[in-house]
Amino acid sequence: MSTAVSQTWYMTQRQLMVFTRQPAYAIITLIQPVIWLFLFGNLFKKVVELGGFGTTTYLDYLVPGVVVMSALSSNMWAGMGTLEEIQRGTLNRFLTTPVSRAALMNGNVVNNGLITAFQSVVIVLLALAGGADYPGGVGGIAILVLAAVLLGTVFGALSNALGMLVQERESIIGINTFLLLPLTFLSSAFMAPSQMPSWMRHIADFNPLNWAMVAGRSAISEHPDWGDVLSRGGALLALAVAAVWLSIRTFRSYQRSV
Amino acid sequence: MSSTRAPAVEARQLIKTYRGDVTALNGMDVTVEPGTVFGLLGPNGAGKSTTVKILTTLAQPDSGTATVAGHDVLRHPDRVRRAIGVVAQSSGADPVATGRENLQLQGRLYGLKGAALDRRVAELLDRFSLAEAAGRPVKGYSGGMRRRLDVALGLVHRPEVLFLDEPTTGLDPEARTAMWDEIDRLAGEEGLTILLTTHYLDEADRLAERIAIVDRGRVVVEGTPDSLKGELRGDAVHLELREAVGEAGRTLLDGALNGLPGMHEVLVDGRRISVRADDGAAAVPTLLGALERAGVGVAAATVARPSLDDVYLRYAGRRYSEADAEATESLVLAGGAR
Repeated sequence: MSTAVSQTWYMTQRQLMVFTRQPAYAIITLIQPVIWLFLFGNLFKKVVELGGFGTTTYLDYLVPGVVVMSALSSNMWAGMGTLEEIQRGTLNRFLTTPVSRAALMNGNVVNNGLITAFQSVVIVLLALAGGADYPGGVGGIAILVLAAVLLGTVFGALSNALGMLVQERESIIGINTFLLLPLTFLSSAFMAPSQMPSWMRHIADFNPLNWAMVAGRSAISEHPDWGDVLSRGGALLALAVAAVWLSIRTFRSYQRSV
Repeated sequence: MSSTRAPAVEARQLIKTYRGDVTALNGMDVTVEPGTVFGLLGPNGAGKSTTVKILTTLAQPDSGTATVAGHDVLRHPDRVRRAIGVVAQSSGADPVATGRENLQLQGRLYGLKGAALDRRVAELLDRFSLAEAAGRPVKGYSGGMRRRLDVALGLVHRPEVLFLDEPTTGLDPEARTAMWDEIDRLAGEEGLTILLTTHYLDEADRLAERIAIVDRGRVVVEGTPDSLKGELRGDAVHLELREAVGEAGRTLLDGALNGLPGMHEVLVDGRRISVRADDGAAAVPTLLGALERAGVGVAAATVARPSLDDVYLRYAGRRYSEADAEATESLVLAGGAR
């Protein structure tokens, strides 16, 4: 057991290097959310006057949306990394060593989770510097970060499964560009649900992105609705477990195709 | 080599078909005695890499059995993995990690740690002339340095059996010679068994104690390089014709040439004729005379000592370069290299 844990850590460390040793890559993943935060924060500043946002400033409302959206957009490319490792021969090299198969997969999940958590905290702090307010306190922020990590795990695992299955960059790029904006706009990221057309609101109810936003937004608010937090958080957890399970299944089918 | 010890590698009747009915292996048999260097020689797509994938537990055969270092690859893949080192065609060292970090990680996966790991890593860096570059990210390494690191990665845990899949493909001549010397040195090490695949005839000739020639997913002939070449008594005479002969011309030529004294195994193939002759120099005028009488013009004639190419031609029934080109082509049609 301890071997599997330490091997998972070796695999995580190895992947974290890609982030920590390539400053350009790290900076880009952090700059993008900042742009969202200040671009949308300024563009839609006045919509908060429409009511239904539950916050005094639009920035307060926007932060969970940007945190979750960033978690999606950084994790949905995980499959590209996996694909690169397959093509470079790295995955096959590890598969001929006694390393635990679970550690190979979990290294990915833990790495993506750590990066998502880091990215989320940076967004929260930058927004704080920009005047955002978190009445829910540190505990609320922790729940928001956790929700973002779970959502990232769902899409990271699915992206990995897709990478192993199709083994084509183009498919991953195509699906990601197709999904990112509809998923974001069919959620409460930028607009209060009460201001959305009702059909959109109903779709958003089934959008995992929206679950993470609702749970996180509620947790950092002055009076969290713990029922919302638990139900959405639980659904995300279940979805994350299912996605990781699916990616492990795909991993096995990859091995059969070698 | 002792006959009482169990083989280091033993594969029996391996069959493997990939999706789309691409038959990669069609009854592959390989036996490697412990402590020897064994070469699988064949053109692209002959089934060498698939054999290595099965023996290294990456892929599973449709049928057949294989043991490596005494362990069954299907029943005890984990025991096999502990006993083998694998240097694949692309071993994929982490480009952002340094050479030393790559080796350390590889060692940790086999349970090495602490001072023992540090010692082993330093030893390998030194031995493969990578000590100076050890602290630099691998993405800055030259092709030869990367290949040496790949081999070092395969040796970290002191394996019993080392698999080298096309160890010099893509290397420049200088790096290739250096890699050959390195493999020679490895071969001298106590007890290490090496199975290498190559599609270079000269590489197999230079490195392997025994060679199996692989064609279309099975071994067509096996032996020491000298015994394989020795079976081809005499010289190889190759003639190139001014124009290709058709089916009728071929029958005619076969009849005209086969009866000539001191000549064996006449092979007419398009514009080329290959003959094995007891005395190559004496055979040329005789052949030229016979061809002239048959009304066939000759563009060039060469006499050579038999090479592995001739061995290949004899057992696979086609020329090495042609088999290579044909295999590549059919793989492209089948949708990708294996």
